[in-house]
Amino acid sequence: MSQTHTAAKQYTKTIAPLSIKGLSVAYQKKPVLRNVSFEVTEGELVGVIGPNGAGKSTMMKAALGLIPSIGGEVLVYGKPYKQQRKMIGYVPQRESVDWDFPTNALDVVLMGRYGHLGWFRRPSAKDKALALECLNKVGMADFAGRQISQLSGGQQQRVFLARALAQDAKLYFMDEPFAGVDAATEKAIITLLQELKLQGKTVIVVHHDLATVQDYFDSVLLLNVELQAFGPTAQTFTQEQLQRTYGGRLAFLDRSHTPPSIVGGKGE
Amino acid sequence: METIWSMLADPNMQWIFLGCTLLGLSSGVIGCFSYLRKQSLMGDTLAHAALPGICIAFMLTGVKSIGIFLLGAGAAGIIATFGIGYITRNSRLKQDAAMGIVLSGFFGLGIVLLTLIQHGDYGNQAGLDKFLFGQAASMIASDVITMTIVCVSLITVCTLLFKQFKIISFDPGFARGIGYPVAFLEQLLMFLIVVAVVAGIQAVGVVLVAALLITPAVSARYWTDRLGLMVILSGLFGATSGAVGTWISASVSNLPTGPVTVLAATLLFCISVLFGPQRGLVAKRLLRQRVKQSFYRDNEQHIEGSVKKEAAI
Amino acid sequence: MSDFWILLTGALVASCCGVLGVFLVLRKMAMIGDAISHSVMPGIVIAFLLSGSRDSLLMMFAALVFGLLTTFLIQMFQQSGIQSDASIGVVFTALFAIGVVLVSLYARQVHLDQDAILYGEIAYVHWNIFELGGINLGPKAVWLLGVTLFIIAAVISLFYKQFKLCAFDPALAAAIGIPVALFHYLLMGLVSMATVSSFESVGAILVVGLLIIPASTAYLLTDRLGLMIALSVAVGIASTFIGYGTAVMLDASIAGCMVCAASLLFVIAFLFSPSNGVIIKKLRIRKLA
Repeated sequence: MSQTHTAAKQYTKTIAPLSIKGLSVAYQKKPVLRNVSFEVTEGELVGVIGPNGAGKSTMMKAALGLIPSIGGEVLVYGKPYKQQRKMIGYVPQRESVDWDFPTNALDVVLMGRYGHLGWFRRPSAKDKALALECLNKVGMADFAGRQISQLSGGQQQRVFLARALAQDAKLYFMDEPFAGVDAATEKAIITLLQELKLQGKTVIVVHHDLATVQDYFDSVLLLNVELQAFGPTAQTFTQEQLQRTYGGRLAFLDRSHTPPSIVGGKGE
Repeated sequence: METIWSMLADPNMQWIFLGCTLLGLSSGVIGCFSYLRKQSLMGDTLAHAALPGICIAFMLTGVKSIGIFLLGAGAAGIIATFGIGYITRNSRLKQDAAMGIVLSGFFGLGIVLLTLIQHGDYGNQAGLDKFLFGQAASMIASDVITMTIVCVSLITVCTLLFKQFKIISFDPGFARGIGYPVAFLEQLLMFLIVVAVVAGIQAVGVVLVAALLITPAVSARYWTDRLGLMVILSGLFGATSGAVGTWISASVSNLPTGPVTVLAATLLFCISVLFGPQRGLVAKRLLRQRVKQSFYRDNEQHIEGSVKKEAAI
Repeated sequence: MSDFWILLTGALVASCCGVLGVFLVLRKMAMIGDAISHSVMPGIVIAFLLSGSRDSLLMMFAALVFGLLTTFLIQMFQQSGIQSDASIGVVFTALFAIGVVLVSLYARQVHLDQDAILYGEIAYVHWNIFELGGINLGPKAVWLLGVTLFIIAAVISLFYKQFKLCAFDPALAAAIGIPVALFHYLLMGLVSMATVSSFESVGAILVVGLLIIPASTAYLLTDRLGLMIALSVAVGIASTFIGYGTAVMLDASIAGCMVCAASLLFVIAFLFSPSNGVIIKKLRIRKLA
């Protein structure tokens, strides 16, 4: 970003793409998410990190209104999320979909345009061209006509990402996009995220692989039912914070060089 | 409306009453296991699939006895179960579609055979179609004796193999790991369901027999988290429904036992849904209030706590 | 001539059910379709009792009410924590039981017997004529089915993309802002209408066969949704033709034969479908070996 751009950003009061206050979700008696509050700035790549059952997916789903919450406020660019659906892009977990559905890759990406079409309009030729271009961006243009059950896990994930691109949103929620994908797909995904950032879009990603957090994300949000920490990766992704989030279940092999990894049992 | 005692004074009614109560009891018991294995609708599928089996058994032997019908229905039930599994394993169709196909396909075949029987001259065929809606009122002593033997055997097997059925319902992979013959046990359970279904069809008919397997079990779930207690309660609810159903239908003319029994079971279900401790609607509403209040209290404490911390610093 | 009307009725039933059945199968809601086809029965009986005649509009309305009620109750129980299959079982058996009680108690007033509910009587369909201004416009059942088919076709094509997305990825649909629940009720409402329109011809209980079996057959034959719908309708119509022919030959239940024909076509597709057939797949493996 040029110097003038950065300076301009400092002077204009920008509305946060996402502002969450006091979000809580409970399942019967058990609190799954308690009083989570944070604000994201535009153009940030945020990684949401935490142990299993920490509520990472839950937070994303509650923020989008897909599951009921006990309390809290979710504002997208200053307005309630229900009014801002066109600005939001969502990449759910791969398991949430039936990959035996009779449809091809292009059609799936085209479904990303439905939010812009309203109730009665059909996808136009322009929409189809856009969908094809999105497939191209994730390197799947050759698979446009392929039945989705014939795609590998990594290819399916890329189709999902292409669909998110087609949604043409300003704020993206991605639930474990890196889970179970091959190295080439992983590279494709991270390239895509960087590109989104350059376009000024904001991306929030539920992530599970601690080894890659420092390379991929500007900020991290450490979550374990409650918000443990949120801030720039360099300052927030520290041993102390991680120990707190994971409850002492981390092992550090070599503090200076190797990133921390999750191991059963107490850390050193 | 007759009192229950005056009804029981009639020896005919005694048999019917006993039969229906026992039926409710055993269906309730076995229904718990199919509910836990998420196969509640399997009873419905097996009931529909039993029809062609019964018809073929009749066509082959010309005899109208429940023993013969049990064999026919049992064979059909086994083929049906196998068919559902085969379709699910070897195509992109999921279990619900496989069940629907088998259910309606077999039933369609059964209806065709039924009409063939009615138009042919098999003598003796009057009343075969009573199987469709059940005719508990036409149960005679020998029927009831057969039913008693069937029900008692069902309950005995479930009691003896309770531990095994429990574990294959909860975690079949683990059961295999510790050496249980899981496939055999699963087939046995399926066979017991077929038996309960065939016994039930006589009393309440093809469409409604599924209710005897499902509704008491679900009702029992609302009262306890322990499987043993759930099975007992379910049997009790089933037996009560059978008894009440028989009593009411005996008192009102033209009213078959089947639907009344099902409605009695449904009433017990509604009561359970409303008033079950912990899971009932009333209990849950109270719980939700408490959780919300404790959340807000905790938040205030958190805020107080952090305010105090800041003040200290 | 009566053959023509019977076949036309059958074809219309197959078309209505074929279209809707595709969405039921894809949404894994085949058994809810089964439940609705049973639980509209009390609605039909109540309509008879209220109107004293087979007034189609009232029947349609009553069926819609009961169909939507069924959907609502199943949804309610599922959300309160009961497994989906048990929810379905409890609701439809209770409603069907109510229906049977009503029929038993008021059978004489209603001129309705249990057999008719079971498998309808398509052979007599052409006797019940629809007259407008004294002109014979053909059997009432045909008109009812025709109107139902028109409504189904209109609703599905108008909201095609919503139905498609809700079936494929309800999470994204909700995130985009599509009212998933509305389309669920809409679909089940259409199923209720199809059931009651078909009730006179194939009976409420066999309609489920025409809902699920042709759609499943089509699912095995193609990878494209649009084609799946077309094939489902085609297979359904073929089943009605083959079924009727067989029934005439054997002097057996027409509706039963139609469902059996559908099952036969399903088995053929299951074994020999070029893309999914079990035998075809085995032959392919053998060729590679």
